[in-house]
Amino acid sequence: MTASADHPLYGHRHLLGIAGLNYPDITTLLDRADEAVDISRQREKKKAVLRGLTQINLFFEASTRTQASFELAGKRLGADVMNMSVASSSVKKGETLIDTAMTLNAMHPDILVIRHGAAGAAALLARKVGCAVINAGDGAHEHPTQALLDALTIRRHKRRLDGLTVAICGDILHSRVARSNIILLNTMGARVRAVGPSTLMPAGIAEMGTEHHVRLEDGIAGADVVMMLRLQRERMAGGFVPSVREYFRHYGLDAAKLAHAQPDCLVMHPGPMNRGVEIASEIADGPQSVIEEQVEMGVAVRMAVMEALLDPRRNLTVAS
Amino acid sequence: MTPATGTTVYENARIIDPSRGIDETGTLIVADGVIAACGAGARNQGVPDGATRIDCTGLIIVPGLVDSRVHIGEPGGEHRETIASACEAAAAGGVTSIVMMPDTSPVIDDVALVEFVLRTARETGVVRVYPAAAITIGLGGAEMTEMGNLRDAGAVMFTEGRKTIANAAVMRRAMTYARDFGAVIDHCTTDADLAGAGVMNEGLFASLLGLPGIPREAELLPLDRDLRLARLTGGAYHAAKISCAPAADAIARAKAGGLDVTAGVSINHLTLNENDIGEYRTFFKLSPPLRHEDDRQAIITALNDGTVDTICSDHDPHDVDTKRLPFAEAEDGAVGLETMLSAALRLHHSGDVPLPRLIEAMSTTPARRLGLDAGTLRPGAPADFAVIDVDEPFVLDAAQLCSLSKNTAFDEARLTGRAVRTVVAGHTVFAA
Repeated sequence: MTASADHPLYGHRHLLGIAGLNYPDITTLLDRADEAVDISRQREKKKAVLRGLTQINLFFEASTRTQASFELAGKRLGADVMNMSVASSSVKKGETLIDTAMTLNAMHPDILVIRHGAAGAAALLARKVGCAVINAGDGAHEHPTQALLDALTIRRHKRRLDGLTVAICGDILHSRVARSNIILLNTMGARVRAVGPSTLMPAGIAEMGTEHHVRLEDGIAGADVVMMLRLQRERMAGGFVPSVREYFRHYGLDAAKLAHAQPDCLVMHPGPMNRGVEIASEIADGPQSVIEEQVEMGVAVRMAVMEALLDPRRNLTVAS
Repeated sequence: MTPATGTTVYENARIIDPSRGIDETGTLIVADGVIAACGAGARNQGVPDGATRIDCTGLIIVPGLVDSRVHIGEPGGEHRETIASACEAAAAGGVTSIVMMPDTSPVIDDVALVEFVLRTARETGVVRVYPAAAITIGLGGAEMTEMGNLRDAGAVMFTEGRKTIANAAVMRRAMTYARDFGAVIDHCTTDADLAGAGVMNEGLFASLLGLPGIPREAELLPLDRDLRLARLTGGAYHAAKISCAPAADAIARAKAGGLDVTAGVSINHLTLNENDIGEYRTFFKLSPPLRHEDDRQAIITALNDGTVDTICSDHDPHDVDTKRLPFAEAEDGAVGLETMLSAALRLHHSGDVPLPRLIEAMSTTPARRLGLDAGTLRPGAPADFAVIDVDEPFVLDAAQLCSLSKNTAFDEARLTGRAVRTVVAGHTVFAA
């Protein structure tokens, strides 16, 4: 990995969402992440760029995968990483988000990674603390590092993002992953389709820069990339969709439906998957699937984001 | 329905085919269960060798009626009506296609039940039976049914039968989801709380009888809600049976606003009013209740101007046990498959509604709304039609009805005109 000085200075203090990032911002982060991939593939995986800095992972929602990914990213860059999950925090004792933030802020962290069930929680935190904040998912709002790792995965396979047709399929209504991806892919010049039953589409989906398709076969026809979204269990029984069996029959990705996409179409999933609900095992484990690779790219993207936010050229000191 | 073989020529009939705007004297030629030619032009085609010739002088041929709202007791209430007996009743009334309501026991909310209805109809029925499936599981008003799978299995629309979905969020999602599958949501609207213990139209007559009334608003509030949801969702919505003047106004406004909305009316509400209840006659206890004569007149106007699209029989068989009770305790509903046509002809004879319009609303429009291959005499279509004598007077004898239940609102009524022959896929399934 080359020095930070080889990359343009990244102009944002936090990463709260993809909204607000422009084409060069995203390109910079992806270029940095490309280099981070190489580090993770070496035997010696550790750098010292964040040595002496403190990273706190503040997870109000359980997420083993994302938390582990952020932890590993920080450790590979030499930071001291502390995990706070809701089970062991004082939130359960009635402390508010802001109280928690102020308490943590007094410990002088350099970077806070937050996952919270409420949309806007990361932005609220960012206003109250003196360090860089990374949104690791806030409600149904944004999950920017997921969109970046998806983009990195696509770019490494397709060599580009602009001009690609990407179908995002399933429960877009409740998905922060979909929102971040829609914004990122539009910014980078891809054509985005939102595919799924209308009951799982947010209002104004067309104005978000997508083309809505009701039938999965139509939505993925000719697509270069298909992203499947997780359908939460509680949405399955009669509220938003009638049943798992009907959902899988009409919206589950299987070989017959995937045949409508480009022959070299990538199949992606942010995980964790519901096999037999939104995706068939034969596809999840098949040759077009890059789902495992997405996990690898996750660590690289998070390293890149942290390094960019804590670029020493900015000479940031912790505000107090 | 296996098509008949051979050729039959129906000659010298007045032919009314609203699907093509035809009302002329002509010939109908049926070959192998399909309409080969129809209209004035068909007279010159000659009669093929070996064809059966049927003279229809003085009679009218219309597309077979499509009854979009038929309650049947099978499965679960076969003593009231079976699919076979309902089909016999339909045939006797010139009805060649019936849309069967899902409020059976068990409720038609699953693919297996749709297949049961289709199989039973194929094996026992003489007319075409199209199952409608429930909007929610068990008609519980909460969880959506598998509309995609049900539609693929053959459900032609989704409805809660007699029930109204109270929860607006459930209704919204159902309309949204049904739209994805190109399905119509059919809904009969009654606000259960506002209707309360009411048993007939609220007004002077109910007060004089000492019966609790149901205000028209009980129908209007959920209807207005549904029409707003139709706008929100863009879904296809059919108000199953409106009964009062303000409901027709609401439908007219929705249509003017470009919504995918249609409305039906039951034959009872077109031809009867609350005064027919007289001395607590329970066979006139219906849901929605028979309204004031002013409402009936408004609905007739709405039928003529196209605000009301379809006429249904709202056939609802009940045995004597549940009807011969004090008025407030009796079940709602009346049979209607066999009498819909004759009752509708009252409006023709009175000059209220032109005959072609009546036929259109009982045949062409419901078929078109549900995408059925019916309601037309266009060459190439299945030979489903009725031969009518519009001028034959008779007095209805409930005991002679084919329905297993005899709860007709037209017992001993003087009627003029009836089907004298009913043909399905070229087979004569009824002949007077």
